[in-house]
Amino acid sequence: MSSIRETSSAPGLALFAAAIVAAPFLLPDYYQSVLIVAGLFAILSMGLNLLMGYAGQISLGHAAFYGLSAYASGILTTTFHWPVPAGIAAGVVLSGVTAALIGIPTLKLKGHYLAMGTLGFGVIVYIVFNEAVALTAGPSGLTGIPRLSAFGKIFSTDREYYFVVWGTVFLLFVLARNLVRSRMGRALRAIHTSESAASVLGIDVARYKAFVFVLSAVYAGIAGALYAHFVTFISPGSFSFHASTQVVTMVVLGGMASLWGAVAGAVFLTVLPEWLRAIEDYDILVYGAILVLTMRFLPGGLAEGVERVLSALASIFRGKAKASGGEGKKP
Amino acid sequence: MPFSSILQFIVSGVTVGATYGLTALGFTMIYNTTGIINFAQGEFVMLGGMLAVFSMKWGGLPLPVAVPLSVLLVTAVGVGVDRLTIRPMRGRPTVSLVIVTIGVAILLRGGAMLLFGKDTHSLPPFSEGPAIPIGGAALLPQSIWVLGITLAVLVAMKLFFDRTITGKAMLACACDRKAASLMGINVDVMVTVSFAFSALVGALGGVILAPITLTAYDVGILLGLKGFAACILGGLGNPFGAVAGGLIIGVLESLGAGFLSSGYKDAIAFVILLALLFLRPSGLFGKASADRV
Amino acid sequence: MKGMKLFSAALLGGALLFGGVAIASEPIKIGAIFSVTGPAAFLGEPERNTAKMLEEEINKAGGLLGRKIEVVVYDDESDPTKAVTAVDRLIKKDKVVAIIGPSTTGSTLAIASKVEEAKVPLVSCAAAIDIVLPVRKFVFKTPQSDLLAVKHIYRHAKKNGISKVAILTASDAFGSAGRKELKELAGKSEMTIVSDEVFGPKDTDMNAQLTKIKGTGAQAIICWGTNPGPAVIARNRKQLGITMPLYMSHGVASNKFIELAGKENAEGIVLPAGRLVVDEQVAANHPQKKLLTSYVKDYETRFKVPVSSFGGYSWDALSLVAQAIRAGKSAESAAIRDSLEKTKGYVGTTGEFTFTPADHNGLTEEAFVMVKITKGGWEMLK
Repeated sequence: MSSIRETSSAPGLALFAAAIVAAPFLLPDYYQSVLIVAGLFAILSMGLNLLMGYAGQISLGHAAFYGLSAYASGILTTTFHWPVPAGIAAGVVLSGVTAALIGIPTLKLKGHYLAMGTLGFGVIVYIVFNEAVALTAGPSGLTGIPRLSAFGKIFSTDREYYFVVWGTVFLLFVLARNLVRSRMGRALRAIHTSESAASVLGIDVARYKAFVFVLSAVYAGIAGALYAHFVTFISPGSFSFHASTQVVTMVVLGGMASLWGAVAGAVFLTVLPEWLRAIEDYDILVYGAILVLTMRFLPGGLAEGVERVLSALASIFRGKAKASGGEGKKP
Repeated sequence: MPFSSILQFIVSGVTVGATYGLTALGFTMIYNTTGIINFAQGEFVMLGGMLAVFSMKWGGLPLPVAVPLSVLLVTAVGVGVDRLTIRPMRGRPTVSLVIVTIGVAILLRGGAMLLFGKDTHSLPPFSEGPAIPIGGAALLPQSIWVLGITLAVLVAMKLFFDRTITGKAMLACACDRKAASLMGINVDVMVTVSFAFSALVGALGGVILAPITLTAYDVGILLGLKGFAACILGGLGNPFGAVAGGLIIGVLESLGAGFLSSGYKDAIAFVILLALLFLRPSGLFGKASADRV
Repeated sequence: MKGMKLFSAALLGGALLFGGVAIASEPIKIGAIFSVTGPAAFLGEPERNTAKMLEEEINKAGGLLGRKIEVVVYDDESDPTKAVTAVDRLIKKDKVVAIIGPSTTGSTLAIASKVEEAKVPLVSCAAAIDIVLPVRKFVFKTPQSDLLAVKHIYRHAKKNGISKVAILTASDAFGSAGRKELKELAGKSEMTIVSDEVFGPKDTDMNAQLTKIKGTGAQAIICWGTNPGPAVIARNRKQLGITMPLYMSHGVASNKFIELAGKENAEGIVLPAGRLVVDEQVAANHPQKKLLTSYVKDYETRFKVPVSSFGGYSWDALSLVAQAIRAGKSAESAAIRDSLEKTKGYVGTTGEFTFTPADHNGLTEEAFVMVKITKGGWEMLK
C-alpha cells in the first residue's frame, strides 16, 4: 500500500503540477476562490498529517497556529504598516515558536497529552483574539488588511492568488515528501509503531515529535498568513475549535500518513459544500453522514479509496481473475 | 467586596460546575471502556433538554413525564450510536473512532436543527418558588435539583463500579480489553452499556439544566468542551475526578468573572488545564505516575 | 434591392422582437447571502424567509419592468470565508445584478472589496457603521446603526435622572459594536460607565457579572446582545433581587425574548426598537403603519413564528433594490447603484430611507422608538 504512494511519485508530482496549472483554465471562473480556500486548507492538513499520520499525535488546536499567524501578519501590515512579506514571515515565526513552547513540555509525555494541551491552547488563543480588542479589533474583526504584494507586485486578482497559494502547496508538498522519505521519516514511523521500541533503538522520541509538531505549526502559519492577505478581513470565528476539528477531519478523511490524501481531503471537504448548495439546509446532514460513512467503510480515507480503484483497474488490465485491491493495509 | 458577593459567586459556580461535571461523567464512562473521547457527548446533553421541551410542546406531556421520556429516548440514541458506528469499527485506531464521534455529533446537531428549528427554548423549573436566600446569596430551587441529581448520579456510579459484576467487568475492559474478553467478559455488551449510560447521564444533565440556562440545538458544543476540560482536570477516566473537575471549573469561572475579567473567564479552565499538563499530567486526582518517555 | 432592404428590416424587427421576448422571459437575478446556519442563524433565517416571501409577492404583482425576479440565496454558515466564495459564485456564475445581505458585519466587510471590484451593488443587512463609513461606492445597508440606538438609551436614562451606568455586553460582533458606541458616547451624553462587563454569547449564567455590578453603585444596567444571553441576564437579575433599571439593545426586540426571559423577569425592561414590534401602537397616519401591519401579518401567518426586526432588514434591502430598478427603469448593475443612491424618503420596515452619496444607510434617529416591556407585551414610550 505505502509502496504505491511513496515510490511512484516522480510522475505523480509532474501530474500534480500539471493539474495545478490546468485547473483554473478547466474549471469555471467562480471556482477560483473556492480553490484558493481549498489550497489553504491543503497546507493546513498536510502539516497536521505529518503530525498525525507520521508521528501519531493529534492536535486539537491547530486553528490557533493558523490564526496566530493570520492575526500577527494582519496586525503588523495594517496597524504598523509593515511590508506584507515581513508580516507573513513574522506570523510564521510566531506560530512556530509558540508551538515549540507548547510542544516541548507536553510531548515528553506518553499518550495523547498533546491533544489535550493543544485543545486548551486553541481555546485560550481564540478567547484572546476576541478580548484583546485594542490589538485584534475583537469579535468585529480586523479590516483593511492589504492584499499580498511582494517585489513591487500586488497579487490582486484571484487567478494570481490561486497560483501563489497552489505554488506554495506544491513546494510544501515536495518538502514534506522528502522529509517523510528521509532518515527522519523512518524514525517517525518507528515512533508511530512503538515509542518504546523506537527509544530502545536510540531514537530521541521527544525531540523528533517536537520537531514535527513545530513544522506542522509552521505549515499552519503559512496558510494563516496567506488567508489574511487573501480575504483582507479576519475575525476570531475563523479560528475556533470548530476550525480545528475541520482540519483533523480533512486529514482523517483524506487518509492518515498520506500526503496526497491530505490534499485530497482538504479539496474534497472545501468543494463539497459547493455541490451541496442545492439541498440547502440539509447539507449539514450530508456532511456528517459522509464523515461517518467514510470512516466506517474506507478506513484509509480517500487515499485508500483511490488506491483500491487503481489496483482494481490494474488487475483488470493484467487480466487477473481476482482483484485483491485494498487488502494488506499496514499502518 | 462583601462576603455575600463571594458566596454568590460560589453558589452560581457550583450550579454551573455540576453540569460540566455531569457532561464529564459521560466522557469518563465511554473513555473507561473504549479509550475513545466521544465528541458527541455534548449533543447527548443538548438532546436531553430539547426532547423534553418538545415532548411538552408537541406531545402535550406534563413535565414529570416529559423528563424521564426524554432521558430514555436519548439513552436509546446512545445505544444506536454504538451499534451503528462504534461496534462495526472495532479494532480500528482510536483516532478514526474519535472522528466518527465528530461525524455523529454533526449528524445529531444537524438533525436537531432541522427537526426543532434554530430557536432557543426554555423549560419550566421542576419546582416553583422564588430564589432561596443563603447568607446574602440567592439560590434557585432548580439549583438544588441540579446538585442533588449530580450527587445521586455520582453515588450510583460509584456503587455500580464497586459493587456490581457489570461495573467491574466494564472497568476490566478499560484496563485490558484482550484480557477482559479472555476472562469471558463480552466486551461488545460492555461498550454498549457504557454508551447507554453516558447518554443517560448526559441527557439528565440536559434536562435539569434547561430550566436555568435555556436550550437550543447548538448548546452541546460549549458544554462538550467544558466537560472535556473538567474530565482532564480531574484525571481522565476518574468519575470522582470528573465531577470534582467540573465543580472546580464552574467555581473558578464564576470567581474569575467576579474578580478578574468576565471576558477571560472562559479561558480560566484551559489555563489551569495547560498548567496542569506541564506540572502534573495525571490530573488533580489521578495517580501521580509520571509517564515520561 | 428593395426586397432585400425590406427583408433585412423584417429580420431586424424580428430580432428585436424576439430578443425583447427573450429578455422579458428571463428573470432578473438578485443574489442574497444570509447566515442561515451557524451562530448567526437567528439573523439569517428570518432574512432568508422574508426575501423569499417578498420575491413571491413581487412576482405575483407582475415582477419588475415586465420581468420576473429570481432571488438566489446562498448560506454563508456565519463564516466570512464562505461569504467570499458565495459572492464569487453569485457574480460569476449566477450573474446577479445586485446582492442583498450578508447578515453579519464580518461577512459584509469580507466581500465589500469583491463587489466594489465587480461593480455590483450590495445592500447589506448587517448593522455596523464601518460598512458605510467610509462610504464605498457600491455598498449600502439597511439596519439602523448602533450609534442611534445608544443615543436613544442615554437620552432616556438622562431624563430619568441616571448618570452612572454599568454596561454588560456580549463578546460577539453585535455586542462589541454596541460596547464601542456605549463607551464613545458616554462622555458626550454625561454618563459615567462605572462597570464594563462582558459575557460569552453562549454563556448560561451571568450571576457573577450581575453580582459584581450590584456592588459598583451603578444606577442602571445596559445590556447589549442577542438571544439567548440577554434572556439569561433578565432571569438572573430577578433572581438576585436587583431592582435598578435594565436597558436592552434592539437585538432582542422580538416576542421570543419575552418568552425566553419569562414575563415576570422581562417586566419593565426598556429598549430602543424599530416600529416593527409595536406595529399596533404606531399611529394610524404614520407612513410606516400600513407596511408594518401587512409585513407582520404575512410573516407570522406564513412561518408561524414571531416576527423579528431582522427579517425586516432583508425586506428593506430587497424592496430598495426593487424600487431602484423600477425608478431607474433598468436592471443593469451600474444603473441600479445610481438609482439606489437617489432613493428619497422610501418607506421600509426599519424607517424612511434617504440615500445620498455621503450616506449609504439613510436612516435617522426617527427609525427607533423607545419601548418598555409590560405584562408580557410591548409599550411604546413617548
